[in-house]
Amino acid sequence: MSFKEEFARYSWDNVKQDIYSKTAADVERALIAPKRTLEDFKALISPAAAAYLEPMARLSRQLTRKRFGNTIQMYVPLYLSNECTNICTYCGFSLDNKVRRRTLTEREILQEVEVIKGMGYEHVLLVTGEANQTVHVDYFKKVLALIRPHFAQVSMEVQPLDRDEYEELIPLGLHSVLVYQETYHQEDYRKHHPKGKKANFNYRLETPDRLGQAGIHKMGLGVLIGLEDWRTDSFFTALHLHYLEKTYWQTRYSLSFPRLRPFSGGLEPKVEMSDRELVQLICAYRIFDEEVELSLSTRESDRFRNHCIQLGVTSISAGSKTNPGGYAVEPESLEQFEISDERSPAEIAQMIRQAGYEPVWKDWDAGLILNE
Amino acid sequence: MLTIADKTFQSRLFTGTGKFSSAQLMEEALLASGSELVTVALRRVDMHDATDDILSHLTHQHIHLLPNTSGVRTAREAVFAAQLAREALEINWLKLEIHPDPKYLMPDPIETLKATEELAKLGFVILPYIHADPVLCKRLEAAGASAVMPLGSPIGSNKGLKTIDFLEIIIEQSKVPVVVDAGIGAPSDAAKAMEIGADAVLVNTAIAVAGDPVAMAAAFKMAVEAGRMAYEAKLGSKGSLAVASSPLTAFLDEL
Repeated sequence: MSFKEEFARYSWDNVKQDIYSKTAADVERALIAPKRTLEDFKALISPAAAAYLEPMARLSRQLTRKRFGNTIQMYVPLYLSNECTNICTYCGFSLDNKVRRRTLTEREILQEVEVIKGMGYEHVLLVTGEANQTVHVDYFKKVLALIRPHFAQVSMEVQPLDRDEYEELIPLGLHSVLVYQETYHQEDYRKHHPKGKKANFNYRLETPDRLGQAGIHKMGLGVLIGLEDWRTDSFFTALHLHYLEKTYWQTRYSLSFPRLRPFSGGLEPKVEMSDRELVQLICAYRIFDEEVELSLSTRESDRFRNHCIQLGVTSISAGSKTNPGGYAVEPESLEQFEISDERSPAEIAQMIRQAGYEPVWKDWDAGLILNE
Repeated sequence: MLTIADKTFQSRLFTGTGKFSSAQLMEEALLASGSELVTVALRRVDMHDATDDILSHLTHQHIHLLPNTSGVRTAREAVFAAQLAREALEINWLKLEIHPDPKYLMPDPIETLKATEELAKLGFVILPYIHADPVLCKRLEAAGASAVMPLGSPIGSNKGLKTIDFLEIIIEQSKVPVVVDAGIGAPSDAAKAMEIGADAVLVNTAIAVAGDPVAMAAAFKMAVEAGRMAYEAKLGSKGSLAVASSPLTAFLDEL
């Protein structure tokens, strides 16, 4: 059994209706419950909970401090390639976006690594498009061998792979994998992914199962906010998380909540999510799941990020470049999306300290994973 | 005074280094606690860098470092991590933590026992973090653990001594020091653990996330001292049978 069977038991429309019919009493019950259920989560993301934003924020902050203390993890993406054989309506790397493509060579990767290390980072997130002819498992193996000695923790946000491919990469130092479903709305998913391997909804939906079976240490989930109704999509994210936590109980989990950002050839969001609503979602995730890590990228504005680190978020990126070679090799190449918070890692670290938190650059050690 | 392996401690309050808002505040709180044994997570520090932010704040003569293996999931990984730590930090003491469950961080008893057996042969001073399981404690003692560290309640929960019935059995049976670890949320919890005869307590979250960590560390210091003093002074036993000042059966002595 995989999440596909669990997912099949739910109807998008029924879930949406449930969420929108939650009442103030449902929200109040969720806030005082000793452990929150998925029904409580529906209440917390419902329109009815908007009136409870302040108590939600206070509870979220309190639960986060209990579990994670006064610390914020720092990470940075390293874009290896913008080659991609998928058409995704919302992404700058989409195949139909006629721009110059490049995949970094080993020498270029090391140039990028030097700049990233100079910023103080010990955790790096490797990112690519999906180009299985050039950016495949053998390429990732070479990259991991090259990069692992320079970083305490290496994560990946690349195309979904088969279980045996993950099993090959994990012993080489792959610590965590981020795989976003984009949307759990199957029809809309098809509209946004008309061509390429990514068009296979179920293969993507079952990726976390393959990762769990392969024994990954940590995985990240999320949807791209703006494609469909964010409340319903977020419920399915929570459902997925809940299933995975019970099934692959040795894995740690993180959630992200990226809002659709402008990019070259851009798609207007179908659904707008306000800052208030994003705060509601962050707090709802925390109150529902006290242990999950919550991550906020440079997609969000300076002002928003300054406040969110006190509301439940546990990790943030800073100084990010979303183009291959963006740090040193070719700073002007195509970005996947525009970043919003352009402050340097040092400035972000200073902001974190001023808010009474410690920026944590290292919270893993590659030496803790055994090479079999 | 408390002796574990070859070290003697004046303070029975052990502390951790996680969750503080800065390394500076961590140092101030640890100094206020009077703690002489401080755990440090191998995954948090750069073992090969003497200027590491955490390590450089722990260079006080009276503070001994206790590296912990938080993050490992198997006995094999724990043994590997212990060897790395011994080589890099030149410390053969180890808080053995094997929790394959990242949600509640419940320690794995089977892997912990296996790792203890292996590490004892390699000459480590091992303080295993475990559930409050009296049988497991005896097995670990036999395997070569220098102390046992049963949990009071889930780690980071601040729920206090939920396992007190089992802690009392462990304390009664143990031939090695018993350090109550995890879940101690208030100085009164620490005092209670000491009153029932624990040899020491380990506190991290309750100090690190307090409104004033330095003051809270000082409060824990006093609570641990008071609890120990009460234990040594022998608490009056509790009971429902009243002891009359003029016993009803005294007349028998006169017959």
